[in-house]
Amino acid sequence: MSEHHEVASKEKYGMVIDLDKCTGCGACTVSCLSENNHYVREDESDKLRSVAWMKVYKVTNGEPFPNTKVAFIPRPCMHCDHHTPCVSVCPVMATDYNPLTGIVSQIYTRCIGCRYCVGACPYHARYFNWWDPVWPEGMHKLLNPDMSPRMRGVVEKCSFCNHRLQKAKDKAYVEGRRDLKDGEYVTACAEACPTRAITFGNMKDPESAVAKLIKSPGAFRLLEKLGTQPKVYYLSNESWIRESGDNALGRKKTARPA
Amino acid sequence: MSEEHVPTGGREGGHKQAGGGLGMLAAGFVLAIVVGWLLYPAIVMSSKPQPINFNHKAHGAEGAGLACDGCHTFREDGSFAGIPKLDNCIQCHESAQGESPDEAKLVEQYVTPNKEIPWLSYSYQPLCVFFSHAAHVKMAQLECTTCHEDMSKSSSSPPVKVYRISGYSKNTMSMEACEDCHAEKGTSNACFVCHK
Repeated sequence: MSEHHEVASKEKYGMVIDLDKCTGCGACTVSCLSENNHYVREDESDKLRSVAWMKVYKVTNGEPFPNTKVAFIPRPCMHCDHHTPCVSVCPVMATDYNPLTGIVSQIYTRCIGCRYCVGACPYHARYFNWWDPVWPEGMHKLLNPDMSPRMRGVVEKCSFCNHRLQKAKDKAYVEGRRDLKDGEYVTACAEACPTRAITFGNMKDPESAVAKLIKSPGAFRLLEKLGTQPKVYYLSNESWIRESGDNALGRKKTARPA
Repeated sequence: MSEEHVPTGGREGGHKQAGGGLGMLAAGFVLAIVVGWLLYPAIVMSSKPQPINFNHKAHGAEGAGLACDGCHTFREDGSFAGIPKLDNCIQCHESAQGESPDEAKLVEQYVTPNKEIPWLSYSYQPLCVFFSHAAHVKMAQLECTTCHEDMSKSSSSPPVKVYRISGYSKNTMSMEACEDCHAEKGTSNACFVCHK
């Protein structure tokens, strides 16, 4: 609940994705899979069972050729700021909103696998593990030691690479600082994006790149009408892309943040 | 059978039973202690000896005069190095300084062939936990002994006890202990402060 969120904190992390720069290459998805110790099933053709914390959706303007236009919308967890739907429904507090950073957590060892959160999330950002992870022989050596693997029967989702925040903080502490500089903590997807479409940073720092981009005229969020205040913003100069961000609104124009 | 037998026998037997009962109670008590203190831990925990019987006392204030951070250092990236590498040992123990059999073992088996000592860690967290030494030592200014045993008084390395089923060390700090201290000091107890 947002009323509990208001604590004195200098940090609130958010992401801005420039859809006009996104080519749909999928590097963000791949870097996320590798950073966060995902495994690959023997047969990944059943996409309903595939786990991708950073999923790239394709949208078109619905016009016939030659007026067809295509855009790609990378979708991480939105880390909703207001009435975070998944947090509201979790019966065991396996997911919480961190008022210090604005990051919505997922604690795999606490999750009981009821999947209320999967149903509650309007962005389909949550995934259920139907199987225990299996890595091909020798591949466990490539796993990221900073990220815990998940077991069968629990829900998982994008964490804004929270382990990178923990590591960045550690470095700052040893140098005698408490505050992070812009760019010290970025997610794996932002780092991997070849066209630099993804920007990540502290929205409360007015000098950060993210804080400036959020104010651009082409900024919008997905399903804004739900009032969940996502912390993932999108940019586009194309009005049909901005409209598709609020698909249920139909022909109406997407409301833009003030 | 006869009605006279029953009350006499019952009375005599009652005295005997009281004595026997106390004996049984004492035996049961001893048995419970043996099972609870000796057998049960041996069943649930494995016990592994350290490769070298390290003498913290001889290295600390009462001996070589080293502080904890003389060997247990931070890396530049902010992570805690934990158990020191052989390089630390070689700085003083290129050849044996005293007559201790453990030092002789160090020089013979590890320093001369330049082989890392396979130390076993007493305190480690489960895979889902991120513990920041920097936050606690550098920022909160906690003493090492707040969480760890005061090693400056220990002259031997006890075996490492590990729960056979969970794989946790006997010394693994419980989440409750972390939360209590965080609550006391006014530090956040949000999940992602410690979990990863």
